[in-house]
Amino acid sequence: MATKVYMEALSPTMEEGRLVTWMKHEGDQVNEGDVLAEVETDKATMELVARGSGVLRKQLLAEGDTANVGTVIGVVAAPDEDVSSIVGDVVAQEASTTAEAPKAKEVARAEESGAGIGKAGAAVAAGGQTEMDQVERAHEHDAVRYEPAENGRVKASPLARRLAEEKGLDLNRVQGSGPGGRVIKRDIEAAREAPVAAPAAAAAPAAAYEEVPLTQMRKTIAKRLTQSIGPIPTFYLTVEVDMSQAVALRQKINERFAKEGIKVSPNDLVIKAVAAALRKHAWVNAAWTGESIRLYNEVHIGVAVAVEEGLITPVVRNADKKGITEIAQEVKELAGRAREKKLKPEEYTGSTFSISNLGMFGITEFTAVINPPEAAILAVGTVEEKVVVEGGEMVVRPRMRLTMSCDHRVIDGATGAQFLQTLKQNLEDPMMIIA
Amino acid sequence: MAVITYRDALNQALAEEMERDPDVFLMGEEVGVYNGAYKVSKGLLDRFGEERVVDTPITELGFAGLGVGAAMTGLRPVIEFMTWNFAYLATDQIFNAAAKMRYMSAGQFKIPVTFRGPSGAALQLAAQHSQALEAMYSHFPGLKVVTPGTPADAKGLLKAAIRDDDPVCFFEGEMLYNLKGEVPDDDDFVIPLGVAEVKRPGADVSIITHGKMINVALQAAAKLEKDGVDAEVLDLRTLRPLDVEAIVATVAKTNRAVLLEEGWPYGGITTTVATLIQELAFDHLDAPVLRVTQADVPMPYAKGLEKLAKPSAELVVEKVNRVLYR
Amino acid sequence: MANTRTKKGATAEHVERRDHPSPATPAQDPNWEREHKPEMSPEEHLQGLSPERLRDIMHDMLLGRRFEEKAAEAYALGKIGGFCHLYIGQEAVAIGAIHALQQGDYVMTAYREHVHALQMGIEPGAVMAELYGKETGCSHGNGGSMHMFSAEKNYLGGHGIVGGQIPLALGVAWKIKYRKEDRVMQVYLGEAAVNQGAFHESLNMAALWKLPLVVIVENNRFGMGTAWERASSLYDISQKANAYAMPSAVADGMDVLDVYRVTRQAVDRARAGEGPTLIEARTYRFVGHSMSDPVSGVYRTKEEVEEEKLNDPIRIYANTLADTNVLSQQQLEAMDEEVKKVAEQAAEFAESSPDPAPEQLYQNVYVDEDVQGQLYLDGRR
Repeated sequence: MATKVYMEALSPTMEEGRLVTWMKHEGDQVNEGDVLAEVETDKATMELVARGSGVLRKQLLAEGDTANVGTVIGVVAAPDEDVSSIVGDVVAQEASTTAEAPKAKEVARAEESGAGIGKAGAAVAAGGQTEMDQVERAHEHDAVRYEPAENGRVKASPLARRLAEEKGLDLNRVQGSGPGGRVIKRDIEAAREAPVAAPAAAAAPAAAYEEVPLTQMRKTIAKRLTQSIGPIPTFYLTVEVDMSQAVALRQKINERFAKEGIKVSPNDLVIKAVAAALRKHAWVNAAWTGESIRLYNEVHIGVAVAVEEGLITPVVRNADKKGITEIAQEVKELAGRAREKKLKPEEYTGSTFSISNLGMFGITEFTAVINPPEAAILAVGTVEEKVVVEGGEMVVRPRMRLTMSCDHRVIDGATGAQFLQTLKQNLEDPMMIIA
Repeated sequence: MAVITYRDALNQALAEEMERDPDVFLMGEEVGVYNGAYKVSKGLLDRFGEERVVDTPITELGFAGLGVGAAMTGLRPVIEFMTWNFAYLATDQIFNAAAKMRYMSAGQFKIPVTFRGPSGAALQLAAQHSQALEAMYSHFPGLKVVTPGTPADAKGLLKAAIRDDDPVCFFEGEMLYNLKGEVPDDDDFVIPLGVAEVKRPGADVSIITHGKMINVALQAAAKLEKDGVDAEVLDLRTLRPLDVEAIVATVAKTNRAVLLEEGWPYGGITTTVATLIQELAFDHLDAPVLRVTQADVPMPYAKGLEKLAKPSAELVVEKVNRVLYR
Repeated sequence: MANTRTKKGATAEHVERRDHPSPATPAQDPNWEREHKPEMSPEEHLQGLSPERLRDIMHDMLLGRRFEEKAAEAYALGKIGGFCHLYIGQEAVAIGAIHALQQGDYVMTAYREHVHALQMGIEPGAVMAELYGKETGCSHGNGGSMHMFSAEKNYLGGHGIVGGQIPLALGVAWKIKYRKEDRVMQVYLGEAAVNQGAFHESLNMAALWKLPLVVIVENNRFGMGTAWERASSLYDISQKANAYAMPSAVADGMDVLDVYRVTRQAVDRARAGEGPTLIEARTYRFVGHSMSDPVSGVYRTKEEVEEEKLNDPIRIYANTLADTNVLSQQQLEAMDEEVKKVAEQAAEFAESSPDPAPEQLYQNVYVDEDVQGQLYLDGRR
């Protein structure tokens, strides 16, 4: 049975994708799971994976061209299968100027015929395959998202729902073998038996948090300040930090781990120090939701990375629980892939606080723009030798200026200042963060 | 344990209960001299005399009400309808008097009357004589409704019905009278009302039914077995009180149910059972509950059409396959 | 007074009568007494009943009247709900007929039943409390105006479906015969119920099996708003018994002693094993069909009702008792005061009684609640 290749939504926000490269040519044998093409999303370049096996009979989108999510961009089918109707449909679809999303049409058609086993845009060929195959497929390919029906509801029998809940299985990730793709008991059982792949959600799960209802005072502050300054009433706090000990520590670490090729940057120390400080200042590790203030229970630090076309913020998850070298390695790896546009969506979403460092460009001090809904961002300047007075004497010390942009709806001046105080202590006496 | 017919099992139950309790009498059309239109009361007139085995005029409303009035003041009448098709004429007495008397009087009277007779379609009797009406009777609080499907159940349940202090509507299968089966000889072989029975245990799907349809269900289960499907057949036996626990238990076991009844689908027994499953066993369901009923038309006369109208093992198999996603 | 009534079948005379749709009551028909009531002196009319018994009958008549007047008042105040069919004007029928019964006999009637219930010995307070829907009512509030019962008093109920009680009464009569008991079953119905199949089916079997059944048709001339002559091809109800080879009689339903006389004969026959009797008691209701029906208007004129009220059974009986020196006007007034007090106390009792407890909702639907399986599928219990 022929399988349509769709432009899939490869990021949570992707509406269209640019086909960078076809990895398979027309006439190539394709096995399910093979990479068919590389697609550039709004965030990264992603791999588009085959949903069925056969021969790539037709490419319907040229390299470099862009297509809306849900558009049929190719056909995988048996070598001798007649695919003219699919191709014809697509041509007709292109010819018509209707604004209706083709995805909806395709889904409707798949459901009418009863042939579609998979759901929505990610229809999966069932022909000749056992249900076990299908279930396993669902787990092998993390990127495969069995999207719920049009109304966002997964069709599942009541029993399957109960079993899934008991087993902690996400019904969205179990392919249904019942009519219209209904998930039934046997699907859950098969899913349980199948090796559980790393739980790679399409989008990073939100960090655990505590929801604090807005007091009247907070509401008023939020309203007034927003009227005064814009959607995010931001204010800025700057502190200068003596980096003597931090620099010494960094040097020591780098010497110690030189053999392993580990190199810690000043920014890595800042990440660690910030993470530790956030643990003590919940109101800075927070977000404005409109209805409440969200105090995160986990610390995920977004680290702004400059890339060719702009900026992306990979996330160091649970940075407070990671060692400095671990953070250093992770940042290096993430930044590298960010520059190659190879980050997965879950790697650049879900941060609770962000850091932007322009020190490498010699910038001594700047203000960064908050990444909503986070409540704050820290702008890190360069470390420079400065003359300071210590105990009445003039000495030269490595100094660094940190400027935090704060969302005043969440953070008040004193709250921010106290956080920076802690952060300053953490950096000036790094034993605080490694002990 | 003797192998006897459904008819003889009923006859035994009547005789034993009349022997046991002088307040029990049998009344109806042709029950005496004629020995019963279906010979269920054969020999009872000779044995118990015309005061206790009473031929009536054709006057269903009148003698049904007589039964209620006599029960109200202490007797234990068994009122036979030649078939339940004729009991429409008596329904004011059954629905308005028998079912409500105890409640209206706040418990001052009990109505230990048993209304019984053959029910359902036989062969080519056409629309007015081929009706399975137990759902209509089950609608009324105050009535109990019993539908035996085997000779043993016929005996044990009729004895329970006669001994019961509430009005019981007892639906015999017109096509079952010659059905043979093992029946205990015991005078006190009484099957309590409200207890369903698994007539065939199975693991894959539950066929829930009652009365004559038990046999259709068992036929379907035998066919399914050849296909490797292990069907459980639950015989409700009593429709009111209804063994809801047994319904939930079988659905919890197999996660799938096909409901079968001889009567029509609108407001049928299957409607009620499906609702209960949905209310009480929702999380056990792995498939929608499907039903097999009589075609939703009056029963036609022509042989071929009649066959089409009746529920069949083939229809049950088809529905079972659907709930099994086969 | 129009002399238009007939007691014959569908004759030319009968058709003629139908052209004058206001048939006479006994009092309007100078021939009536001659044909139905034997010539009797006032003393003979007392039928040898003791003065105490005669006074009891008057007491019962007055109590029935005052009780229902009280009920009408309570209904107007919204203390009684639903249908409420009053018996005012018809008291002589139930009271005369029930006085012809013995201890152990049974009575069953339709829905115009408060006086029958009282006459069978149910406490006025329990009858009134039932009207109020209270826990102390004779049906504990489950029945109301139309469904009063007392197993203890052999009062087998008020029944709400026209004619529905007749087969039930047949069954009770069957039981009496089956058990060879010395009892009689007396069943009441309105004239409109005569057209129901249940009436004919029951009369047939009662006569066929010679059951101890006394069937009393209270002909108040209107089935709700339909005059009897507009509903029956044969005016004379007593003649319907002929179809079942059953004896029948007509009683003056406004004369309690005449009702007693006729019923007594029927009861004696039944008790003697001679089978059932059909009695037509010709009477008149002074009130509407129910509390929601005006006394007059659409189907009868105010004048007609006022004229009939001249034959008030209580006044007729009071005159008889005065003429025979059984009860003086003074005694009558004292008796009236007494029953007024009883009616008043009944209302007070009803008023102060508790409502039925919520648990009662599911009680007594079945005798045997202790069954396996579920009796109630409403998911509330």
